[in-house]
Amino acid sequence: MRASVIVFPGSNCDRDAAVALEAVTGTPPRMVWHGDSELPQTDLIVLPGGFSYGDYLRSGAMAAHSPIMREVAARALEGVAVLGICNGFQVLTETGLLPGTLMRNASLKFICKDVHVRPERNDTVFAKLYATDSAIKIPIAHKDGNYFADDDTLDRLEGEGQVAFRYCGEDGEIAPEANPNGSQRNIAGLYDKTGRVLGLMPHPERAADPALGGADGRRLFESLISGL
Amino acid sequence: MKARVTVTLKHGVLDPQGKAIANALASLGIDGVSGVRQGKFIEVELAETDPALARAALERMCKELLANPVIENYRYELGDA
Repeated sequence: MRASVIVFPGSNCDRDAAVALEAVTGTPPRMVWHGDSELPQTDLIVLPGGFSYGDYLRSGAMAAHSPIMREVAARALEGVAVLGICNGFQVLTETGLLPGTLMRNASLKFICKDVHVRPERNDTVFAKLYATDSAIKIPIAHKDGNYFADDDTLDRLEGEGQVAFRYCGEDGEIAPEANPNGSQRNIAGLYDKTGRVLGLMPHPERAADPALGGADGRRLFESLISGL
Repeated sequence: MKARVTVTLKHGVLDPQGKAIANALASLGIDGVSGVRQGKFIEVELAETDPALARAALERMCKELLANPVIENYRYELGDA
């Protein structure tokens, strides 16, 4: 699997993503600067976490208009898998590749902690190695992770199987207490209609090595290897 | 020409920052505030002198960047006042 990681000014999880990708693929991914307008041949594009453009105007709003994003959108249309983590998820909603938006956390606080999420499906290239009836533990680290879309959009997303992950308790139960940031319907991650574009607020690349407190995120990257 | 753009949250979208401001006003002893909604105010200097063309440019700016249509409304005024 050939992977590319897009680097925006203010990205700060690009290297973590590269380390996690290399650990499972054996090959370092290509790091692509946001100002480039071309991508190498690639099977997976990762939009990493961070604070692209200092979160000016809205998180992800500036990065969405970076030259490279036109190419990312074109490749997504061709079916190349796109993974947006945290700020990358915000960039995907700002470009319109994913619906809705990520607002300020309901608590107004930056939240950095391990949370449990439950995969809603495991028939996508990202989630093959997950079970849909149990929780995985992955950290979040964000201030703007409060997923919002209007009720009609949410109903449509649920109907079309676009919800990827929901915040849940340790045993997988979806409850308001397990929702760290006020996200509508506990949504932590979302697919596009094809299931090949995924945005999620939790950081799988920060849970890709048992030495760092957990490896539940690693299976996402392992799923990609077996699928791409 | 100067334009003043106001971006506000749509009706029905929760505004935790506005709520925090309302609480802070109450703790200052300023009573009678029944709600606060926070938005953005953006001043744009335009080289365009034709108001119709300026409005067209502002529409595009607001739709494509300044406001997020999922959660925000926008309005603008043109003029040097």
